[in-house]
Amino acid sequence: MRHVLDITDLSVSEIEELINVAQDIIANPDDYREVCKHKKLATLFFEPSTRTRLSFEAAMLDLGGNVLGFSSANSSSSAKGESVADTVQTVSYYADIIAMRHPKEGAPLAASYVSNAPIINAGDGGHCHPTQTLTDLLTIYREKGHLSNMTIGFCGDLKFGRTVHSLVSALSRYEGFKFVFISPSELMMPSYVKANVLDKNGLSYIETESLTDVMPELDILYMTRVQGERFFNEEDYIRLRDKYILSPDKLINAKEDLAILHPLPRVNEIARSIDKDPRACYFKQVQNGKFIRMALIMKLLGLSK
Amino acid sequence: MIVDQIENGIVLDHIKAGYSMLIYNYLGLNDLDCTVAIIKNVKSSKMGKKDIIKIDSLIDINFDILGYIDANITVNVIRDGKLVKKQKLELPETLINVIKCKNPRCITSTEQELDQRFILTDKNEKTYRCAFCETASDSLKI
Repeated sequence: MRHVLDITDLSVSEIEELINVAQDIIANPDDYREVCKHKKLATLFFEPSTRTRLSFEAAMLDLGGNVLGFSSANSSSSAKGESVADTVQTVSYYADIIAMRHPKEGAPLAASYVSNAPIINAGDGGHCHPTQTLTDLLTIYREKGHLSNMTIGFCGDLKFGRTVHSLVSALSRYEGFKFVFISPSELMMPSYVKANVLDKNGLSYIETESLTDVMPELDILYMTRVQGERFFNEEDYIRLRDKYILSPDKLINAKEDLAILHPLPRVNEIARSIDKDPRACYFKQVQNGKFIRMALIMKLLGLSK
Repeated sequence: MIVDQIENGIVLDHIKAGYSMLIYNYLGLNDLDCTVAIIKNVKSSKMGKKDIIKIDSLIDINFDILGYIDANITVNVIRDGKLVKKQKLELPETLINVIKCKNPRCITSTEQELDQRFILTDKNEKTYRCAFCETASDSLKI
């Protein structure tokens, strides 16, 4: 049985296959309306989420399947002290596939040891979020037409930003990407990501605190939210939250075909006035997220149109 | 100083000076009924100083723990007063329930009866990372 817990659980060719299927779903949605008929997806969300959970559920419904599950730990037996393993093993007898989010890092791996159904990691603490990475890859591909030879800037919380770590890891397997990391010193990219992913593969990267300085170089700007829930110290959070706010004046020197991505939700790091800018792609990401999840669900269930 | 030779047992030799108590604790030798001798600061031509542990019984040794602490340790198996086997150690690829993850956000901090599992990610740097959250282990302290 195949689980997807980390983006590297999928090979580059499998990701290409998923992107192709997602593109076909976008072009021919009616062909996929009954692909998952009589199949059930369980969404086990031990911490709150709007986008990811609803995206998974919409994906399964659009494939003709059904959904069941819970949207917070309080509404599951974990509130009574049940282990993750017992909850997941139980649910895996009812569902054909499980999408799981948990605040503890590595919870989906622990769940995979006992599950009788494929598990998709829908986010585990600050660790991994592979379907967001697939969403990002599909969005970059659709916006740029290829996945190679580009300069991508990551801005904001690069320390706790799991989407950033996963996307860097994914892009390191493609040709010719240059990475620019824009963050305050407290939220810099962790050294193990730089050592294990970038240095190990001989990839070049720049670290800077100034978004304005590097803006003209960027083909893609990946903004992130400083996540209050990852901080133990409230004071640090408030101080760092407002460090980078993308406003129209900051885009003066940006390329005309820049793609601005953000995994959402945003707080204030992208001004709403940017939403109308054709370079803003974050709501396209939201749409793409459903299509790539449809492709992934089909793959893990061994189904095709 | 004289420590008796053993008839049937195990001698852990070439332990870095100062590491014998760490090994004693990690291997749980305190729980044994047999005689265990810890010999510290023995003169060594190769190492300058070394520690030796002699265990007067043929117990099962967790080679992963020993390899993790120091892959240069030699394990000598003695039967009827004769050396019958010299076990070489390697840095283990995985460590199960040897060290604990220090990350409070890791699932191992709350999930019942979940093994502490570490994977060797860099042989040269001797870096082990938690299989669940990828946090690097602390280096050993003696």
